[in-house]
Amino acid sequence: MLTQDLSGTKAAAATEPSLLFPYVLQLADTSLILAHRLSEWCGHGPILEQDLAMANIALDLLGEARSYYQYAAELEGQGRTEDDLAYLRSAVEYRNPLLVEQPNGDFAHTILRQFLFDNFHYHLLRKLKDGPDAQLAAIAEKSVKEAAYHLKWSSEWVIRLGDGTDESRKRLDKAIATLWRFAGELTTPTAAETALQEIGVLPDYATLLPEMQAHTEHVFAEANVPLPTAVFAQLGGKTGRHSEHLGYLLSELQYMQRTYPGLTW
Amino acid sequence: MVIPATSAPTEARIWQLLEEVSDPEVPVLSILDLGIVRGVAVEGDKITVTITPTYSGCPAMNTIATDIRLRLLAEGYTHLTIHNQLSPAWTTDWMSQAGREKLEAYGIAPPVDGTATGHMLNLFGKDTAVRCPICKSEHTHLVSQFGSTACKAHYQCDDCLEPFDYFKCHN
Repeated sequence: MLTQDLSGTKAAAATEPSLLFPYVLQLADTSLILAHRLSEWCGHGPILEQDLAMANIALDLLGEARSYYQYAAELEGQGRTEDDLAYLRSAVEYRNPLLVEQPNGDFAHTILRQFLFDNFHYHLLRKLKDGPDAQLAAIAEKSVKEAAYHLKWSSEWVIRLGDGTDESRKRLDKAIATLWRFAGELTTPTAAETALQEIGVLPDYATLLPEMQAHTEHVFAEANVPLPTAVFAQLGGKTGRHSEHLGYLLSELQYMQRTYPGLTW
Repeated sequence: MVIPATSAPTEARIWQLLEEVSDPEVPVLSILDLGIVRGVAVEGDKITVTITPTYSGCPAMNTIATDIRLRLLAEGYTHLTIHNQLSPAWTTDWMSQAGREKLEAYGIAPPVDGTATGHMLNLFGKDTAVRCPICKSEHTHLVSQFGSTACKAHYQCDDCLEPFDYFKCHN
C-alpha cells in the first residue's frame, strides 16, 4: 500500500476543508469522466498512433483524477476512499462540466472537445501550481507538464482538420456547432468556486481568459476556421445538472463495483 | 517465510538494495537510474523510502512499490513505509548517465536534454534531433508524440529505417 504525501516539500497551507472538498471533487470528476470518454476510443482510433495518443492522454488524466480523489477523501474525513468517490456516487452527485461527458462522436468531435478542455486545463493548472493550497499545488505541478503536451496535440489536430480536406473541415465545423456551447461553463464559476476565488485559493477565471483566447485565436487562424462568436453557454454539470449521457457513461464505469461490491483485481 | 534481518539497516545498504530493483516497463533501468527514488530514511529498524511517479497515471508505480517491499523483505527488513511524493515533480534531468547509456544499448533513444514539449505555441515545430539507437544516425523523424508507454514517443530512422522508441525529455 502506498501512503500519500502529495505535498512533498511545498509549505503547508490549510484551507477550510468543507469549502475545498466539493471543488477538489469537481476536478477529480472532470478528469475521470474525460479519461473514460477517451478510453472508449481504445482499439477504435483512426490510426494506431492516434489510438495510442488518446489512450495515453486518458491515462494521464486518470492518474490526475486519482490524486484529486485521494485528496478529496482526506478532506472529507468520513472514511470514504478514492474508489468510493469514483464508483459509488450517482450522476447527480458528479460535478464535472457538461463538456467532458459529451459523447465522442467522430474524431473531429473528440479533438475539438479535447482542445476546449486542454486550453482551459493547462492554463488553470499553471495558476494552481503556484496557489496557496499545498496539495492542490503539488498535483497541478505534476499534471501541468502533461497538460502542455495534450494541448499541443489537440491544437495541432484542430489545425490539420480545419486546414485539411473538405471532409475534415465539414466535420470540424459540425463539432464546433455542437460543442462550443459547452465551453463557457469551464470559466463560469459556481457559487463554490466563487467562494474559493474570494479567499485566493482559486484564480479568478477572468485572469485565465486572455491567454486562453489568444491561443484559440492563434490555432483557429492557422486552421483557417473563423471563430464562433457570441455562443450561448450551457451550464449545469458543475452543479449536478447533467445531460442524459452521464448516466450511461457511469453505468459502464461503475458496473463492476455496483454489481460486485468491493471487488479487487 | 520472512528471513530475520542479518544486520541493522543503514541508508547505504538500502540504497544498494534499491539499485537491484528494476523498472518493470524498461527492465534494463534500475529505479535509481530512472531518478524516481527521492529519499531513504532509516530510524532504528524503521525504513522510509520516498518515490515519485514519472507520469501521473504511470501503472508501474504500484509494481515498483511492491518490488521495493519484496527486495527489502528478502533481507529481513519488514518495517517499511513507502511515500509517494508528487512535488517536486519528476524530470528526466534526474535520469543518471549510466541509465542513459543502458537505455541506448537496449534500443531506446535516451532523452535529449532541454527539448521538453516546449511552448504550446510551438505547433508543428521542428522535431527534436534524436540519434537512432541502432545505427547512430541523426537522420530520424518523429512518427508520433505518443508511444508505447507514457514516457516515450515514437521515432523512425531515415537511414536504417528502423522504428524506435524515444524516451521523451520531460521537465
